[in-house]
Formats: sequence, C-alpha cells, structure tokens
Amino acid sequence: MTKLLEVADLFVRFPTRNGIFEAVRGVSFSLGQERLGIVGESGSGKSMTGRAILRLIRPPGKVTATRMELEGEDLQSRTERQMRRVRGQRISMVMQDPKFSLNPVMTVGEQIMEAYSLHANAGRAETRRKTIEMLEAVSIRDSERVLKAYPHELSGGMGQRVMIAMMLIPEPQILIADEPTSALDVSVQTQVLHIMDRLVTQRGMGLIFISHDLNLVSSFCDRVLIMYAGQVVETCKADELHQATHPYTRGLLESLPRLDKPQKRLAVLKRDPAWLKDISVGG
Amino acid sequence: MNAIEIDKLNVWFDTDDHRVDAVTAATLAVPLGGSFGLVGESGSGKSTILRALTGLVSTWNGSMRVNGDTLGKKRNQHFYRSLQMVFQDPYASLHPRHSVDHVLSETLKLHRFDNIDSRIVDLLNDVGLSPRYRFRYPHQLSGGQRQRVAIARALAPEPKILLLDEPTSALDVSVQAEILNLLTDLREEHQLTFLMVSHNLAVVGHLCSDIAVMQHGEIVETMTVEAMRTLQATHPYTQALLQSSLGYVRE
Repeated sequence: MTKLLEVADLFVRFPTRNGIFEAVRGVSFSLGQERLGIVGESGSGKSMTGRAILRLIRPPGKVTATRMELEGEDLQSRTERQMRRVRGQRISMVMQDPKFSLNPVMTVGEQIMEAYSLHANAGRAETRRKTIEMLEAVSIRDSERVLKAYPHELSGGMGQRVMIAMMLIPEPQILIADEPTSALDVSVQTQVLHIMDRLVTQRGMGLIFISHDLNLVSSFCDRVLIMYAGQVVETCKADELHQATHPYTRGLLESLPRLDKPQKRLAVLKRDPAWLKDISVGG
Repeated sequence: MNAIEIDKLNVWFDTDDHRVDAVTAATLAVPLGGSFGLVGESGSGKSTILRALTGLVSTWNGSMRVNGDTLGKKRNQHFYRSLQMVFQDPYASLHPRHSVDHVLSETLKLHRFDNIDSRIVDLLNDVGLSPRYRFRYPHQLSGGQRQRVAIARALAPEPKILLLDEPTSALDVSVQAEILNLLTDLREEHQLTFLMVSHNLAVVGHLCSDIAVMQHGEIVETMTVEAMRTLQATHPYTQALLQSSLGYVRE
C-alpha cells in the first residue's frame, strides 16, 4: 500500500497564562489509501491533529513535528503560498459545523464553483455542470435551487452536504473529515459515508475520519487511533475495537448504552492520572 | 391514569407566504410514572411536540391533557409546577451572567418557595454537584456540570413530569453515561414521568420503556422498547433507523 501521509512526533502547543498547554503530544501515524479513524472525547486533540496537518493552527499556537510528509514531500518547509496549493487540492478538510465554515454572504453555488475553478482551470459552463453533478452525488435533489441559496437558507444537513461537495470537487488525495456526519440524519449519513467509502476504494483516496462515535468508526474505518489528552493511547484494527485493551478505550466502550444489552446503570469512566504520563503509541 | 395524553395534535408555523406543518395528527399517551421516548431525525417534529406541551408554541390544535387537565392556550403556575423541561444545549439554556445560585433561587422565588437557601443545597445534592459550584457561572463549568445545573433548575419547582429534549446529545459518551444514570436515579427517587426526545435509539432504549418514531411531522410507529431491541420494527423508516444505529454497512 502506498503511503500518502506520514506524521511523526507531532506537537501542538498553546501558550497560556499558566504556562504552555500541549493540545497534541507526540502523535505519530501514517496514512495509506485507507479509512483511518481518530476517536476520543472533546478536548482529546483529535481535531487539532487534523488542523495541524493543514497548518490551520493560528499563532500563538505552535506546531512542531519531526516529520510531516505528503507522499514523501516535506510539508513543514513549505511556504504559506505553497501550502495554499496543498489545501483543497491535495488535502481537503470537512469541518464539523457548516454554520461556521460556509461564507454567509456568498451563495452556495458561487462557493462550490469557486472551489472547483481555483483548482481545475475550467470554463464556466463546465464548472456549473460539475457543481450540479457533485451536488447530486451528495443527494441534493433540487440542486438548481440550492445553487442560488445562501447558507442560512439551508438546513444543517443540507449545509453539511454542500460542504462535503465543495471539499470533494477538487478530488483531493487525502480528505480529513472532522465529525462530518454528526449533524446529519441517518438516511443522509449513510449516503455521505457511501460517497467517502467509494472515494477510498475506487479512487484510492486516503481518509482521516475524526469522530466520537465508536460504533460508527469501528464499522466504517479500517484502522483506529484512540486519543486521550493529546496522545494516542491505543491503535487497533477497526473491527477489533470492541476487544481494545487500554482502560480508557474500555471505559468509553462500556459507558455506551447498548440496544442489544440492556442494563440498569451505565458504567462510568474513571480517569487514571497515570494515563497522562503514558507515551503516545505510533499508528 | 395517564400523565400526558396527546390526541390528534397539529402544530404549524406561519410565514409570510406559506405554512409549515411541523406536526400532523400526533397521538400518544404517557402513563403516570412512565418513560416515553420520541425518536426521529431533525425536523421531524419531535421537539415541537415538547414545545407545544410547555406552551412555547401557540399555533396548535387538537387536544393535550396533562394529569387529566385539558390544556388551553395559556398555562398557569400550577401547570409549570407539575411539568418542567430540560433543553438540549446546556451552553445555550443557562444565562451566561447568572451564577448557579442565581438561576436556582430565581426559579424558587418565582414558584414562591420558602427556605430557598436550604433548597438550593438540596437541589445541588440531588444532581450530584458539590456545593462549591454554587456561586460559579456557566462558563466556569464543564458541559456535564452545566447539564446538571439545567436539570436542577427543572427540578426546582418539584415537578412530577420532566420533558427532556436531547439531554445528552451535546455531551461526550462518558459524561452522557453519568447524566443518564442521574436521570434514572432521579426518576426513581422523585417518581417522575419522562417524555424524552432523542435521535439516539440506544439512549432512548436505555431510559424509556415505550417509543414513538416520527418522520415528517407524523408518528409512523409506536412500539415498546422490548420490541425495538429485538428489531421487530414494521415501518421501513424505523427499520432504517435501527439499522444505522448498529453501525455502517458496506455497499
């Protein structure tokens, strides 16, 4: 399998009044043409990891890594201008909430077409055709109406699908999806997952799938990294997630209510301070 | 006796040029001390039913009865003493410049309780919050702690019925487990009746004994949780919901 992305010893640090806060602490992993899941609770550093790869951490936040390579090319030595050619075109990111990631004063159509024309150098008619095709691919039926709509005129699920269409239209090699389906309804969620699944299996895209939904990750992804307090505490094959051994992973799994196993009280996760001292495992 | 009886409830919203029918002919009954779950996707009208019950929406017809009393357009204080609601987002439902003490004492004063000071201590104790959080502001609390405050606020008038609108969907799974345990305990201690809205079948299955599945403003299926667990859904939409709650299936 070809290695698309290689990250070693990634740190994200923020200076605060009480000293330096390390949001990501020594994370290492590699990504091939596969679905790599990152799970963990809010504040565990999973979104920060995704953002750090695209250099989206703003100062005073600082990103360091001993290695960060996209198909063998170093990403850290690139200038801001060169990074702009990576973002969108080669590595794309779908964020959690369409409310904050779409431009509120531009129609949805203009935004998607902008994403395509910046990367593809295509004519207007071609861009428009491709945009409608992409909207239909994410199951937006009345695409003509949606093209002319502003983000506030769309529902949350619709906005998220527009985001996904916009991120996929330049056909990136790597897609970082940060909780892409948590705002979506079940039927649409399945469709969106199918789209991403197809891109991985048919086009050989690499997918980093950030989620807090353990069941979804274990059934959708190939491999999983489990993050706690900025570190990867455990990595395993996705379908073996339910046999995970780290006490944190076990705690998360056991705190989930289950349809097949009713219980009167749910197990509550007990956090062990020793977990903070563990060294991040590679994935 | 039923704590809540809803019969052929329609709720609509009027805009300048058209009307949105958010709920159409919804009928359900929650027995006294029961625990009932409404599931369905966003926009299916499940929260709207709760909002119509509490009087937050006035454009409705049909009949709603709470503890045997038929509800009109206006609600009185007696009503709010018996029924309270917990909202989805604890970040949005607490006033950012009111301390925990302020939130609880205001509710208690409005309902003309005495011994406010000792009642606040009891309420915090009920929801498992240490007294040292009493004078904190919402931004000084974690998401789970805020939801505990929101639950304490709802419990302050000593209601018999709690409406829960996605009480754990904004929380991490480990915190969700704590809040679900808390709700189970409170229901037992105070003999509460729950009407809960959620899109998460496992959460509803954990807390409720009966569920109604909603789609496009209509209740398409009502079943016991036992039947849901054994996957005996008959409506295709319920089957799809169940399928997706079990995880992703490859094409």
